[in-house]
Amino acid sequence: MNELLLDVQNLRTSFPSAAGRVAVVEDISFQIHKGEVLALVGESGCGKSISAMSIMRLVPKPGRVETSARIFFQGRNLLDLDVPDMRKVRGGEIGMIFQEPMSSLNPVQTVGAQVVEAIQLHEKATAAAARDRTVALFKRVGIPDPEQRFDAFPHQLSGGLKQRVVIAMAIAMRPKMLIADEPTTALDVTIQAQIIDLLRELQEELETGILLITHDLAVVNELADRIAVMYAGRLVETAPRQELFENASHPYTQGLLQAIPGLAKKGERLHEIQGVVPPPQEWPVGCRFSSRCPIRLAHCADQPAPEIERSPGHISFCHALEKEAVA
Amino acid sequence: MVAYIIRRIGYGFLTVLGVLFFLFILFFAVTDPDDIARKAVGERAPPEVYEQWKRNKGYDKPLFVNTEHGWLSGGRYTDTLLVDHYTRMLTFQFGQSDADDALISKRIREGAGPSLMLTVPLFLSGMAVAVMVSLFVSFFRETYIDRMALVLCMLAMSVTILLYIIGGQYLIGKVLHWFPISGFDPDPTIVYKFLLLPILVGLVNGLGADVRFYRTVFVEETTKDYVRTARAKGAGEIRVMGNHVLRNALIPILTQIVVAIPFLFTGSLLLESFFGIPGLGSLTIDAIFGNDFATLRTMVYIGALLFVTGQILTDISYTLADPRIRLE
Repeated sequence: MNELLLDVQNLRTSFPSAAGRVAVVEDISFQIHKGEVLALVGESGCGKSISAMSIMRLVPKPGRVETSARIFFQGRNLLDLDVPDMRKVRGGEIGMIFQEPMSSLNPVQTVGAQVVEAIQLHEKATAAAARDRTVALFKRVGIPDPEQRFDAFPHQLSGGLKQRVVIAMAIAMRPKMLIADEPTTALDVTIQAQIIDLLRELQEELETGILLITHDLAVVNELADRIAVMYAGRLVETAPRQELFENASHPYTQGLLQAIPGLAKKGERLHEIQGVVPPPQEWPVGCRFSSRCPIRLAHCADQPAPEIERSPGHISFCHALEKEAVA
Repeated sequence: MVAYIIRRIGYGFLTVLGVLFFLFILFFAVTDPDDIARKAVGERAPPEVYEQWKRNKGYDKPLFVNTEHGWLSGGRYTDTLLVDHYTRMLTFQFGQSDADDALISKRIREGAGPSLMLTVPLFLSGMAVAVMVSLFVSFFRETYIDRMALVLCMLAMSVTILLYIIGGQYLIGKVLHWFPISGFDPDPTIVYKFLLLPILVGLVNGLGADVRFYRTVFVEETTKDYVRTARAKGAGEIRVMGNHVLRNALIPILTQIVVAIPFLFTGSLLLESFFGIPGLGSLTIDAIFGNDFATLRTMVYIGALLFVTGQILTDISYTLADPRIRLE
């Protein structure tokens, strides 16, 4: 196994509400090794993006990462860094790709200038040198006519090109890790495939670890080495890709996989998980999925789900599996 | 862009014509040439003097239709006060004041200086203070600093400017004796004494509304995705605010300020009249109270021209601030 890059332990991020602070991300732990792609999967609002923002320490105020958590990146706890050091990590050692290329670029600055800024924030490069590097980056991420595109404003580029600019910005300092938050969700299907290919090429070339956040299992299948499934702010199951697709053990993961159109037989009704994700204030004390679970036991809603190791690297959080393991 | 500006100038011209028309209607709805004459030569003058004065000034003509001319004669509709009004304004023949026969163009030249000395520093300092305070407040958004600031703004906005004027004159002029209560002296070594108090009063009066407006703009910008991108690439808060947020916030701010710039020239009606500053604001107020149609219409005409100019300048400044906007 490659060296450990990111080690998130007991991540807990909370927001204030009428009833006090509510943790929208709770007890999330995972690791990413050098050159590994971990996919964090779950429905909208389950806390995937907040987890990613927590690692970057960019959770929007008044949200807060609780200090009981630890986020080790190359051995240093990011939550202990002072602001200037954290700034060096952002963009320098961890690059980030966002969901909405339409809005994630500054509309009044040329795309070239925005990538130049990403370089000059981290090292003293002359304007000409930074420009040359930016053009080279544009070329690398497959932007045609990079010299001309340098001076384009975001509104003059298509969504796919904008996302390539965002990727160029994220890899400008050759970071050890990339966080890609729904990188293809807002794009056309054909463009999605191109962006996925680009990410895979870059990942192999730069040997970066990637935290891929998505709700699209097709993207996961293309890119991920390991998968962590989240539901309502907690992890429910984590396993290597193949293992998870073949031997999903948590009822939520199973439901999720059965809901993929490609895996259902023709003419058959798609499986659906009954009910909707409850809002954070109404999350059960015990297993969060208990309110919708088809194999719920009497104590599921009251006691937190135990951690069950199904096979090496395959962990599932479920009361029903505990019984099975004992029996 | 050139075609667009020419079209805007055309619309602007029509707007000015409309303003002149409504000014004429409104003024002569509440008064008539006899009143102007009476105010100018005094209540007790004999009727012949009125008639003589009206003839000299051209106020002896009817407003819209001159019945001395025959049905088919052109003079029936052109030899009237309304047509005179348009001809004089459009050719910039402002003439003499109805109240004291002074040359209006000379009055404007004399009044512009004191007005600008008051309005330009007020405008610049007001904008600088409001932008700084609101950048600060929006940086601390959703905290008690932000909430306190908003309460103060609402409080400041709820108080009328008259209270600021009188309170300022009493406290700073009468009790503390820092500055004179009112008055003006163009001597450059002492003129600031007469200007600082009205500038301060104007600043306090405008600050509440400005801070609230700028804060809304800034807070809205700081929640945009590109701000998160800037932070994610390692930009510090000062850079994020100064480089990204401020430049994007410029677009709504420009609407607010560029249109105000031409009006710096026409001065401030209330501040000038309360502080006795002989600027164009005082000139306008005096013209209103003195039934001085010649001066009043000139000031309104200039105001309309400046407003239209401000609108066109605002449109042009948009294209400079936002590359997405093209004028067509």
